[in-house]
Amino acid sequence: MSDAGTLREPFADLARQRETQRFGMLVFLASEAMLFAGLFGTAMALRMVHPGDYVAGSRGLHLWFGTANTAVLLTSSAVAALAVEQARRGKGRRASALLVVAAGLGVLFLLIKFGEYAIEYREGVVPLLAPSALHASGQTLFMTLYFFATGLHALHVIAGIVIMGVVARWATASSDRTATAVGNAALYWHLVDVIWVFLFPTLYLAR
Amino acid sequence: MTGLAATLRIALVWLALLGLLAMTVGASFLPLGTVSPAVSYGIAAIKAGFIFWFYMEMRTEHPLPRLATVAAIVWMVILLTLTWTDYATRPPPSSATRSLPQPE
Repeated sequence: MSDAGTLREPFADLARQRETQRFGMLVFLASEAMLFAGLFGTAMALRMVHPGDYVAGSRGLHLWFGTANTAVLLTSSAVAALAVEQARRGKGRRASALLVVAAGLGVLFLLIKFGEYAIEYREGVVPLLAPSALHASGQTLFMTLYFFATGLHALHVIAGIVIMGVVARWATASSDRTATAVGNAALYWHLVDVIWVFLFPTLYLAR
Repeated sequence: MTGLAATLRIALVWLALLGLLAMTVGASFLPLGTVSPAVSYGIAAIKAGFIFWFYMEMRTEHPLPRLATVAAIVWMVILLTLTWTDYATRPPPSSATRSLPQPE
């Protein structure tokens, strides 16, 4: 598994192998997008049924934490794209280093996110655990959606960090000239970024 | 030279994405009323477009992977449109209660 640039059965050439692996990754990512589409549909229904509580819930969130996290993820995606570019040019070591930086920014994202959760816990806006400041049922539903959506996204961030960490090891071990492994790790990371790009206005900007 | 051009492209897209982030946060403070979601989701769609086209390299991709991406978007649009039509065409709670047959 460590040599992503090796030709394997049943492929006739590396280009075909890369194409197939990339297509498989995109189909998997499409199914991931559908998973989150359910959550976006829930958010839309919630906003239509409880418009006032939804806006109040969104105003209660910490916009600057969300904004900082968006900037961190966008930057991380750019770094992952640079890693792919380096791998394609045969600079495996540099590609690895960039993937580690991208994963590090993912860790920073999680630290900001969990810091925000801690503040929300103290404010009493966590359904079930600390609901002292949750009064309207629509507000409770909004916060439930918020924790479920950002929590599921955070799990994907953790998965992305692990994937990039593993591929960073491979990228130095072998020259992944077709950028298949590095490219697929980056694809996953970009999707995590795109999902956040839509979660941000859904949760933080409904002001 | 091609390496430099690629790096420059990634950097410029990154700057554009951060600019769009600043725009969407700024717009959220404006009294836009019902247009506000259209603005924030419009900007999000442009950001996603940049990420798909440049970072996910759809610009150099074959038709089949592009189709896989478009298929995901089409299915999401179907799901969200049908959900929207359901909630948008429901009668308000009060009139729904009134139209129920009264118990004797």
